[in-house]
Amino acid sequence: MSHLVIEQCGPGTTLQDIGREGWRRFGISTAGAMDRLSLAVANVLVGNPAGTAAIELTLAGGRLRAEGGSVLIAAAGPGVTLSVAGREIPEGQSVVLEDGAVAQVSPVRGGVYGYVAVAGGFDLEAEMGSLSAHVRSGVGGALLQPGARLAFAGGGAERPLAIRPLPVPEQGPIRVMAGPQQDWFTEGAMARLTATEWTVSQRSDRMGRFLEGAEVAPNEGSMVSDGVLPGSIQVPPAGQPIILMRDCQTTGGYPKPATVISADLDRLAQIPAGARLRLVQVDREEALAARAAAERVLSGLVAEPVAMTPDTSLLLRENLISGVWYPGED
Amino acid sequence: MTGAPRILPCGDCAISVDFGNVIDVDVNDRVRRLDVALAGAGVPGLVETVPTYRALMVHFNPLTTDYEALCRIILDLAAQTGGGGEARRRWRVPVVYGGDFGIDLEDMAAFSGLSVPDFIEAHAAPVYTVMMIGFLPGFSYLGGLDPQLQRPRRDVPRLKVPASSISIGGAQTAIGSIECPSGWHLIGRTPAIPFLRGRDPVFLFDAGDEICLRPMAISDWDRLAARAAEGDAVVERIA
Repeated sequence: MSHLVIEQCGPGTTLQDIGREGWRRFGISTAGAMDRLSLAVANVLVGNPAGTAAIELTLAGGRLRAEGGSVLIAAAGPGVTLSVAGREIPEGQSVVLEDGAVAQVSPVRGGVYGYVAVAGGFDLEAEMGSLSAHVRSGVGGALLQPGARLAFAGGGAERPLAIRPLPVPEQGPIRVMAGPQQDWFTEGAMARLTATEWTVSQRSDRMGRFLEGAEVAPNEGSMVSDGVLPGSIQVPPAGQPIILMRDCQTTGGYPKPATVISADLDRLAQIPAGARLRLVQVDREEALAARAAAERVLSGLVAEPVAMTPDTSLLLRENLISGVWYPGED
Repeated sequence: MTGAPRILPCGDCAISVDFGNVIDVDVNDRVRRLDVALAGAGVPGLVETVPTYRALMVHFNPLTTDYEALCRIILDLAAQTGGGGEARRRWRVPVVYGGDFGIDLEDMAAFSGLSVPDFIEAHAAPVYTVMMIGFLPGFSYLGGLDPQLQRPRRDVPRLKVPASSISIGGAQTAIGSIECPSGWHLIGRTPAIPFLRGRDPVFLFDAGDEICLRPMAISDWDRLAARAAEGDAVVERIA
């Protein structure tokens, strides 16, 4: 059996695919990749279906070694690159990791989450239809630690592939739809939600992004729990919004003035702690158009065999794309 | 409580079909009936539903769902008085009250002005309804707590409470699942394991089930806990 051995990794390393659906009525979170587009890029680069499970890295990079066989691997995510035998592989390109060879994965220099996929995917048993680890409940597995050995099945592509150009994430404010509980907030609080330049708090993780910068407390009263999903913006009594992310619970008891649209969850996940963001309200039609556009980007990902010359390699390095989420205003 | 529910948008991928901001058996029953009816309606694009105390969360694929049609179907189903009224599953669930298994029991009894035996009797008397499963895998919120047993949650939550704890928080009581942080008062534990991977079924309870708690002797704990760990449900279906 061939394995990818994690020789070194950061504390937030897990296996993630596009998550598990159908179990939320029993309190099972969907989990799944924080940035599905980057997961898809990593997978397409090794010839896998876009939603195949890959290693998700949080901020820190890592070191991986092939054992028992060679395998085509790829990294994706803002500013994430692989180095093999001292050679840095350009972004948007896969590389064969020979048996016994080591790949150094760079830190996630332009965001928060990076992905490493292997051709044919990992040969592990899914739990409830998914390999995604929900660390808090243990469903799907735990954090990956140095020393972890992940079996790979083989298959997928065998020769390096490249995606040119890499998709550029949408820019501008994070889009939200009002509701479900906008009537629990004053007009002033609703206005502050979209007028404030928010700072992403250090407390943010796979469950939620905590925002700082203003107070948007709900009206007094006791709300009975209802359903939540990734994107729900919940506001505890103190008035600091929390945007729920992929590992969020299935129900919650805090009023929710608005919900981030599904098309913007990937780039929201890549906004690091300390960075700023704005929210802007859109209607269902705009949200749907954004989602359709995001799906077109995802299904339009095509990797071509690499035929690199030194010149094109240089050109591509000049063109490195990093996750710009909110240009134009300081 | 008999008017049309409100359809509250939760972004582009979900709606909350809201029957009212209350913990109420009749409201929860309307949620359950709609859940059953919607499951049988075969709506294209529907991903899954999550019944909660007062609303049915409906998750759907925005690209394959006709949103207006979905809302119409839901309002039509909610307006129908019949249907969804088939018998609920009813479970008898063994519970060890007090001692190391429910470290707040004596304090809770004193707070309620009841003797410990009377408190246990009052807690084990109702036929509870699983109003919602949430917070953690298999964590079952029960409706039907005797009001004299209510008590606000602890000011300082505990960082870890044992799996399968029976607890009270405000007007609610619950059967816990896995070990977790909690601000609720611990009055007992069941040897049953509501969420056990590898067992069929993985989850013992579903929203809408009825629960009868049956006090059991501590001396039976080891035997039942061992059976439960091997995959025996330990709970008994009585209806």
